Amino acid sequence: MTALSALIRRDIRIALRVGGGALIGVLFFLTVVVLMPFAVGPDLALLSRLGPAILWLGALLASLLTLDRLFMADHEDGSLDLITMSRTPLELACAAKALAHWLAAGLPLIVATPVLGLLLNLDMVATVAVALTLLAGTPALTFTGMIGAALAVTLHRGGLLMAVLVLPLSIPVLIFGVAASQAVIVGPMTFGAPFSILCALSLISLVIGPFAAAASLRHGLD
Amino acid sequence: MSLIDLANPTRFLALTARVLPWLAATTVILLTIGLYQSAYAPDDYQQGATVKIMFIHVPNAWLSMFVWGVMSIASLGTLVWRHPLADVAAKAAAPIGAAFTFLALLTGSLWGRPMWGTYWEWDARLTSVLILFLMYLGLMALWRAVDDPARAARAAAVLTLVGAINLPIIKFSVDWWNTLHQPASVMRVGGSTLDKSFLIPLLVMAIAFTLLFVTLHLAAMRNEILRRRVRSLQMMQASQKAA
Repeated sequence: MTALSALIRRDIRIALRVGGGALIGVLFFLTVVVLMPFAVGPDLALLSRLGPAILWLGALLASLLTLDRLFMADHEDGSLDLITMSRTPLELACAAKALAHWLAAGLPLIVATPVLGLLLNLDMVATVAVALTLLAGTPALTFTGMIGAALAVTLHRGGLLMAVLVLPLSIPVLIFGVAASQAVIVGPMTFGAPFSILCALSLISLVIGPFAAAASLRHGLD
Repeated sequence: MSLIDLANPTRFLALTARVLPWLAATTVILLTIGLYQSAYAPDDYQQGATVKIMFIHVPNAWLSMFVWGVMSIASLGTLVWRHPLADVAAKAAAPIGAAFTFLALLTGSLWGRPMWGTYWEWDARLTSVLILFLMYLGLMALWRAVDDPARAARAAAVLTLVGAINLPIIKFSVDWWNTLHQPASVMRVGGSTLDKSFLIPLLVMAIAFTLLFVTLHLAAMRNEILRRRVRSLQMMQASQKAA
């Protein structure tokens, strides 16, 4: 347990300090959202209708693109080998790393959501709804994306290939995240049903992600 | 004869060389019977002759999922039992599966044009088959991105198994998304209420296409084994020259 909490603290510290780049994700998120009005036009009514979808797409891309280097930096300086060889199960270590990544790169996205909601003309309730769904859904994105990060480090390939492999797997999260947010804004559904499925998806990926990532690391590293 | 005996590629090549002609012949015969029966199946009272697209469309759609199942079993073979031919089987199946999925989409779109008045509809089934197609293409890209086949095999195996778990979830989500976004405007042929005059040709065609897949798959596996042998011979030759 102490090993895991040390791992989490170390990862967060690395991510937040110079060269970590956790906050670049937020900057990317902001940029994507700012780009949208240029594409669809400055129509505030249209933007508020598309708002949850834009925020969710931005958060999806931001959280997947920052995941690229989840294992890569550790692989380069050799600490990934130590983690693989240590007595802590690799699955738990992977889960700890993903948790640290979510705390450092995922939470800032959710904190930034209200500000971006203002830009997209979302009212208070809608903004809270989007932030809540992001809070429930981004863990699923991180834990699914971790599989891609593990494949990236074993194959020495990152970037587009990983995005192409992982993005189809995140379609369910996108569907239920946007559905729950839209339910608050326009109805006709209740917020509860899609939101609980979103939480379920996060829990499922919490189980599948570490196992698949650990299997990929164990079989792929040499 | 067990799976262990087939671990020897030479024995596998010898066995498949004997089996393949028979398989190919059976496939051709069954396909001929199936196509003949489909051509002479009665027209649907509503859809007319276009209902015959079904006899090509449904087997392709069935195989698009079946091939992912075959790849998942092969991936288990790679990761759990370390069967030497498992990754060959997984690699050979991916392009064939992608081709069947593409044909399912294509015939579905050609069928949709006269029936629904559009080539593409964001219908739940169409959408989930499209996502399946994207995942096949991603898997093929993964196989092509890495030059060491053993390394690519393990990565592809992990991804195939994750896909196998995720595909039902994606299917369910897309169904939900579809009912949320659009009312049931799309007419569907009820699978359960199919008349016998349609059902028998459809079954024959499904079996024929499955045999077609087995034939193509075995042939592709043979090619892959031979390709790897050629590659290692070339590498040996190159290293001898260098020495």
